[in-house]
Amino acid sequence: MKLFYHIGRYALFVRRLFSRPEKPSLYRAEVLREMNSIGIGSLGIVSIISVFIGAVITIQSAYNLTNPFIPIYAVAVITRDSIILEFSPTIICLVLAGKVGSSIASELGTMKVTEQIDALEIMGINSASYLVLPKIIAAVLIIPFVTMVSMFLGILGGWIGGTSSGVITSHDFVRGLLDSFVPFNITFALIKTITFAFAITSVSAYHGYYTSGGALEVGKTSTRAVVYSSTVILILDYLLTQLFLS
Amino acid sequence: MIELRNISKSFAGRQILDDVSVLFEKGKTNLVIGGSGSGKTVLMKCMVGLLEPDHGHIFYDRRDFSGMDLDERKPIRKEIGMVFQGGALFDSMTVEENVMFPLSMFTSMSIAEKRERVTFCLQRVSLNNVNNLSTSELSGGMKKRVAIARAIALNPRYLFCDEPNSGLDPQTAIVIDNLIREITEEFNITTVINTHDMNSVMELGYKVLFLYKGKKWWEGDAEGIFRTDNKDLNEFVFASKLLRGMKK
Repeated sequence: MKLFYHIGRYALFVRRLFSRPEKPSLYRAEVLREMNSIGIGSLGIVSIISVFIGAVITIQSAYNLTNPFIPIYAVAVITRDSIILEFSPTIICLVLAGKVGSSIASELGTMKVTEQIDALEIMGINSASYLVLPKIIAAVLIIPFVTMVSMFLGILGGWIGGTSSGVITSHDFVRGLLDSFVPFNITFALIKTITFAFAITSVSAYHGYYTSGGALEVGKTSTRAVVYSSTVILILDYLLTQLFLS
Repeated sequence: MIELRNISKSFAGRQILDDVSVLFEKGKTNLVIGGSGSGKTVLMKCMVGLLEPDHGHIFYDRRDFSGMDLDERKPIRKEIGMVFQGGALFDSMTVEENVMFPLSMFTSMSIAEKRERVTFCLQRVSLNNVNNLSTSELSGGMKKRVAIARAIALNPRYLFCDEPNSGLDPQTAIVIDNLIREITEEFNITTVINTHDMNSVMELGYKVLFLYKGKKWWEGDAEGIFRTDNKDLNEFVFASKLLRGMKK
């Protein structure tokens, strides 16, 4: 029953987000600020993870491909598709759910318990829309860019890891990257990323916005936001894969 | 003028407000007093629309606020200023941005006009050269004053203050009390203050409403408190030896 209560309240919350803004120019400034915070602020961690995971995928793929009938460039095919289809859109969004989601939930939670959200409401401002909509727009615009950077760095990491460890030559790696490449995979990855970006920001914001209590609750809310947004990402990942690839 | 008619509110079957009716006058400081859990904060939240009463009506100058939907309430909400117990200043903004926020949101003033208004409001609460400070750099008393400056930025017709003196030293508390009274009279605002600070009651109490267990238990002015034989009010107000001595 509690699950249905939350789903219903989340739906009403999302509906409130999309009401007409009081002053669109203020929203635009907020969107730019959030794009910097959510996207540019996450590039460091995303770059490190992408390069190393790309290298590890390449080496592990080579380690598992012991059949002499499978050409060695298949290692690059596996690396490319793993990174484009799953690692960059899903795993990076799970990382962002931890980093960005907890930040959004704790920011809104703190605003709630210190009555800053009440102050906005009393002024006649739709606080949900003013505080959350810029975050959602920023995330939907900037996280696909972060994913693209992650794809590039993941494949670059795979090339560096594979060639420097000697499991694959540079020539074979590039050949594998170009072999039976399906451009739709990139489109699919971006569709997933946009959906996940919406889920991360809206689910985390929902938890933060409805925080009650004190500082202890803010901490719990932040943890809950990460758990729920990660779970939603995994469910959506399965549903989108079924829908587009099966 | 704000009129409450038969306001009742309960949470999970527990009655918090029970048939409260009162008239708060314009240009005067109206105080709501009562012990912890007496329903003061719930009453104020009902008045500003953060909570919906189960029964009753709230009238802002004869406009039935409780019968309006969110969009219809917007014009009235823009006439309301509120000073929260903790200030509720926006952490991510400087002092100037906090006071400027309602102006940016609801007016088409130029930056220069907004700056001029912000400086006026800050000077009105005796704050100078604090425009670029972040809220974390302010003392408790300064936060309250910035909150008052933000509340009066849009020339409100109604000012609500929830425990404006909590956590302040006695001298600063008196400064804040005087400031609220001066602003109320100067701008002809209907001011409602929640407090359990007896100094505030004596300084500001043009009209005092005493809530007890969610009910209107007594209504009068500050001087009337000394004359009343209401047992619960006397126990609440004259709890300290000092005040008991004063009454004698």
